[in-house]
Amino acid sequence: MAKPRIKVPKMAKVGEIVEIKSMISHKMESGRRKDKKTGKVIPRKIINALKVTFNGKLVFSASLHPSVSANPYFAFDFKVPGSGDMVFEWTEDGGKVITAKKSLKAA
Amino acid sequence: MTPISGIKMMKKMIKLTVGVLLLAGFSTSAVLAADGKSEAVKPAAEFGLDEIWSGYHFAKKETQALQDDDFDNPGNLWLEEGAALWSKVDGDAKKSCQSCHNDASKSMKGVATRYPVYYAPRKKLINIEQRINLCRTEQMKAKPWKWKSKQLLAMAVYVNNQSKGMPVNIRITAENKPFWEKGKAFYYKRRGQLDMSCAHCHEKYYGKHIRSNVLSQGHINGFPTYRLKWQKPGSVHRRFKGCNKQVRAKPYGLGSDEYNNLELYVKWRGNGLPVETPAVRN
Repeated sequence: MAKPRIKVPKMAKVGEIVEIKSMISHKMESGRRKDKKTGKVIPRKIINALKVTFNGKLVFSASLHPSVSANPYFAFDFKVPGSGDMVFEWTEDGGKVITAKKSLKAA
Repeated sequence: MTPISGIKMMKKMIKLTVGVLLLAGFSTSAVLAADGKSEAVKPAAEFGLDEIWSGYHFAKKETQALQDDDFDNPGNLWLEEGAALWSKVDGDAKKSCQSCHNDASKSMKGVATRYPVYYAPRKKLINIEQRINLCRTEQMKAKPWKWKSKQLLAMAVYVNNQSKGMPVNIRITAENKPFWEKGKAFYYKRRGQLDMSCAHCHEKYYGKHIRSNVLSQGHINGFPTYRLKWQKPGSVHRRFKGCNKQVRAKPYGLGSDEYNNLELYVKWRGNGLPVETPAVRN
């Protein structure tokens, strides 16, 4: 279960600084917990990277580690260069990539 | 600097500090009143509290901000999940919640303000989680959801959220009075190795620190609450269990009659507070 939510304004002026927000529901299993019944370590499964591109150009990236809590939230300021698509890519341990896209129209 | 000018400056500084303090006191009270959630409510009936404050009031500023913003509030992930489950067909009867209840924003409005309620076929109280599972087993002929499952939490958040902002209004009737009495007895009974009752923390010492946490009045108007410690929303009963464990008492089960009675009593204590689901607490 990993459902992403992103908040990108639909309209903005060129050169305006807008706040972009993102949150993804994820357990962020740290790999340090043990199963209470079997005593075995629960394997690590976290979102280990976030990459945000605007029209293919990288605008924000982060690498995440086991101490990041569940449902990681990222917000950043973004200077609008023009219209385009903002694409979020979260990479999970094991290589699965979860994407979300929002279009921004600049006036 | 001459000694005289030094004294003058000190006097000035004292004046300034007093001014700043006054201003600070004034502005915080203004902010508290503005958001509408942090206002004290006068209890309608007589019991141990003179003023009723939501747990929101005792939360840190950052935690409050997290709750107030619809995007930042992580409980809303469960709310969205609940909204999707509302219209999802499940079980042998091929029904969804929507098949009977239509639009949740109308049919479920105000439900959170009056639950838990007396359920005649079982001759005891049921809360919202149990009502959801009763619908699933009896109307939908589907399997009941587990107490701590994502689905039941999501649906409970969704149903409670339909009453967001409405004041809690538990009425004591002839039917639920005996259960209310039992809940009250539970509330004031000392238990566990620490020999403490609910009232010791939440009635006598609310607002004071217990190690690094601030004690609230223990109202449940924001449940299922997203707890940062749990990293997900949790039910009232889970919270009760935690409290009981902390005074080193043996906790009752999730969904037990004891906790249902207590839920009714504790919710009644918070009569007049707005429903905040999904609230965020530390």
